[in-house]
Amino acid sequence: MKSENLQDRLQKIFAAPLKRKSFLKYTAVSGSVMMLGLEACHKDNNPGEPTTNPITDVGSGDAGILNFAYALEQLEAAFYIKVNSSFYTNISSDEQQILTDIMNHEVAHRDFFKAALGSSAIKTLTFDFSSIDFTSRAAVLGTAKALEDTGVSAYNGAGKYIQSADYLTLAGKIVSVEARHAAAIRDLLMPKTSSFAGDDVVDATSGLDYSRTPNGTDSTHPMSIVATANTFLTTKISATKLP
Amino acid sequence: MKAIKIIETLNSEVNDKAFSRREAFNKGINLGLKGIFAAVPLAMLLKPTKTYAGTTSAVDVLNFALTLEYLESSFYTMGISSGIVPGSDMAVIAQISKHETSHVATLKAAISAAGGTPVMEPAFDFTAGGTFPDVFTNYATFLTLANAFEDTGVRAYKGQAPNLLGTDLLTAALDIHSVEARHASEIRRLRGQKGWISGNMTAGVPAAVYAGEDNVTQGGVDVTTVTTVSPAYVMECFDEPLTMDQVLAIAGPFIKS
Repeated sequence: MKSENLQDRLQKIFAAPLKRKSFLKYTAVSGSVMMLGLEACHKDNNPGEPTTNPITDVGSGDAGILNFAYALEQLEAAFYIKVNSSFYTNISSDEQQILTDIMNHEVAHRDFFKAALGSSAIKTLTFDFSSIDFTSRAAVLGTAKALEDTGVSAYNGAGKYIQSADYLTLAGKIVSVEARHAAAIRDLLMPKTSSFAGDDVVDATSGLDYSRTPNGTDSTHPMSIVATANTFLTTKISATKLP
Repeated sequence: MKAIKIIETLNSEVNDKAFSRREAFNKGINLGLKGIFAAVPLAMLLKPTKTYAGTTSAVDVLNFALTLEYLESSFYTMGISSGIVPGSDMAVIAQISKHETSHVATLKAAISAAGGTPVMEPAFDFTAGGTFPDVFTNYATFLTLANAFEDTGVRAYKGQAPNLLGTDLLTAALDIHSVEARHASEIRRLRGQKGWISGNMTAGVPAAVYAGEDNVTQGGVDVTTVTTVSPAYVMECFDEPLTMDQVLAIAGPFIKS
């Protein structure tokens, strides 16, 4: 029953021919983590590239923030579905369980947002993960780590712009699960070290996690969350009415 | 409006202790000790000292959070000094300890900046009056309580977020909230549990810590009806908040004065 549904999802999401773009041609391992820091400049500075899909703007206000979250959940769900469709070489049963759990969580988040947003929901996005070598543990877990950390910082940063207490609570219900994911993935990469909440992501002095707005950049994150998401999207998104 | 609500909550804790105790026990928080709640003046610690419009609520929320951070910070400091943390887990426990100590300092600064007065650190009894006598001699017990404190911390911050709506203090609180969730995930996995909360499975943690975690209705939507993902996963993928009262009932037994 569940595997059929998974098959359906896989087909729906990946049936469309992947459009390989030159800027996404990265080798396996570097493709995962590095691209999140570096690739935006290639994409954004490439106006000559034919636009086959109009950009989807997430909108404004609370609906905009929820749609932004919906876009990120679509991305995470699609990534983990792909991971689960054929696990990387020599995956352990523990890792497989974790990646299966996370896939189901992200799919449920995605489906929830779609239902909750109703007619306000942005469209179903399509993805291009051709830059990721899904047979490589380092590439898969490295990408997962980046996606989860990004998700945490995105929810944290959007929080103060949410006007409805109910939506804020909803975002809070999801962000802590993303943080749990991030810690678990980080621990798989560097078991029983400080990495699960490492100084690279939790400020060593204040003990605060990162929070980032959709379009914000800083010295640690030269690329905005929107731009990062767009490196994996064939249907690009924008958040022109959000910070 | 929100400020008034918080004050009422706090006042009801102060003035109606007997009711709170009874309610707590009725909710199944009885850890096996009678009278344990009688010695809990946590609400006194949290008694609002300022009544400036617009700031009281935030300061009270942060003082509530500070009390929980004192508890966690003290717990890990004592755990590390006790020598029961095995070398193989020390990097993890030390990182958590570092964060909890930082959270205390960060919250104190935030409270002062908001015009409030940080509450003093209470004295703790991590045996909870003898319920967990081996907390600092049996590593499994230590981890069980760490698990309880981290998951409670996540739920406590989540429950207070609406009281900080639209403020920079909210961002700080959210940035701590997700760190507590990272901690919770790691501690749970050290215990051989999933990093995420599966329904209201307790695994030795007091049941009150997971009350309501089996909820599947979010924003008025029964999520199980809009996804093919199984209900167990739907429960896991949304963490639930706890009210201040619920958190106080859980933390109370560990606070001596």
